[in-house]
Amino acid sequence: MTELLLDGLSWLLLIGGLLFFVAGSIGLLRFPDTVSRLHALTKADTLGLGLVIAGLSLRADSLWEVGQMVLIWLLLLASSATACQLLARQAGEEPRDD
Amino acid sequence: MTSSLFWMIIGATLWLLGLHGLLTLRQALRRIIAFNLMGSGVFLVMIALAARSQPSDPLLVALVVTGLVVAVSATALALRLAGVAQGQEHSKGQQEPRQ
Amino acid sequence: MTEWLFDGVLGLLLLGLAFGALHGRNLYTSVLLFIAFGLALALIWARLGAADLALAEAAIGAGLTGVLLFTALARQPGPADLPDATGTRLRLGAAAVVLPMLILLVQGLAPLSAVEPRMPALITLHLDEAGVSHPVTAVLLNYRAWDTLLELAVLLLALLGARQLGPRPLELAEPWPLLRAWARVLAPLLVLAAGYILWRGASAPGGAFQAGALLASGVVLLRLSGLVPRLRWSFTPLRLLVLGGLLVFIGVALMTAWLGEGWLTYPSGAAKLLIVLIESVATLSIAASLSLLVVGEGEDVSS
Repeated sequence: MTELLLDGLSWLLLIGGLLFFVAGSIGLLRFPDTVSRLHALTKADTLGLGLVIAGLSLRADSLWEVGQMVLIWLLLLASSATACQLLARQAGEEPRDD
Repeated sequence: MTSSLFWMIIGATLWLLGLHGLLTLRQALRRIIAFNLMGSGVFLVMIALAARSQPSDPLLVALVVTGLVVAVSATALALRLAGVAQGQEHSKGQQEPRQ
Repeated sequence: MTEWLFDGVLGLLLLGLAFGALHGRNLYTSVLLFIAFGLALALIWARLGAADLALAEAAIGAGLTGVLLFTALARQPGPADLPDATGTRLRLGAAAVVLPMLILLVQGLAPLSAVEPRMPALITLHLDEAGVSHPVTAVLLNYRAWDTLLELAVLLLALLGARQLGPRPLELAEPWPLLRAWARVLAPLLVLAAGYILWRGASAPGGAFQAGALLASGVVLLRLSGLVPRLRWSFTPLRLLVLGGLLVFIGVALMTAWLGEGWLTYPSGAAKLLIVLIESVATLSIAASLSLLVVGEGEDVSS
């Protein structure tokens, strides 16, 4: 019974993560300028990855695996925030129309 | 159609995309990208052949790893050559009298 | 069924990115799509069970090639947004030449997919005496050690060829404080990851090339953030690092030819030690060569 519950919850989290990724990509394609695109992409993608990792950790074999995945998520948080800030600064300093 | 055949067809298509680009494109950077695409097509065919067995054939994987490093060094040299050639053309164009 | 969906979507994505990289609106778009193509290709390698290749492609094919293309793009003398001026007739003609080739290629390749490969069984048969337990590393550094030696020679040749072309100063803008701080955080992580991948290459996917590529990306990042001075070939320790891998490898080959049973036939029992030695020096050598190729600045021949 608990296995079924865990499986269902894991699927729910995975699908939620997927929806956030799709939302971020739609934002990338539809928003008018660079800064709003960066905003949508970075926020939605990191949250989506967090949900995917939460869903995967319910299926993991050991706590070690969960720890590894959380470390990967933290590294991705830091690097995508940094990349977003650098790109936004560059977009602010050299406005190019595309 | 097996998975291996599917990826071999994708690899052949990639190779031909690169060849078409090499025949029709004029800018040096794009031709170097086209050449890289041809290389990636060959690698994809080789790894599709490696995927016929489970686990993948280590010989083909090792050959493609070697090929990848060779491809990146060739690309680096080609980009340097293209840069130097463009620099020379540019300075030659500036020296010629305008007609 | 879901596997077919996944494979189909990946394959179409790859071809779409390749088309965009070739015929993009301007060079900037082409380079960006080519980097995305490299990442999609890395995903496909992982899907096809070639994990070592996926690691190498993500580091070298997407990462280092991306930096190479962007530095080349920055040096374009004219405006980089001129589209390609090729007539439609030429494009249609080339397509007419290329499409029959597709049919010929597929006809030639199709029978191969049914042939049973013999090599994997042979490789696993002798794996215990090879010195490492991961088959791809065993192939790279034992069964086909010659190929790896020649590959190090090819890297050196490309470096020498690039050096002949004269000086190439990298005009870097003043790096922003966030970039410098981030490079300071990432560089030790990359060194750690490279050492780990090198060590694990003996029993799991990894090895000298992937570790060398990670180290090279770390050095490139540090150079682009201004934390490391100019990389010059004339800097003697760097020169020794580049040549070291090839020299150690040739030394091992000569020793096995002279004192042992043949060129690069490792004596039984010493295989693991020799492989560890060659791999460690080769990692540093590959890292130095790749960083010089990507961000190295040639100096004037007269100096």
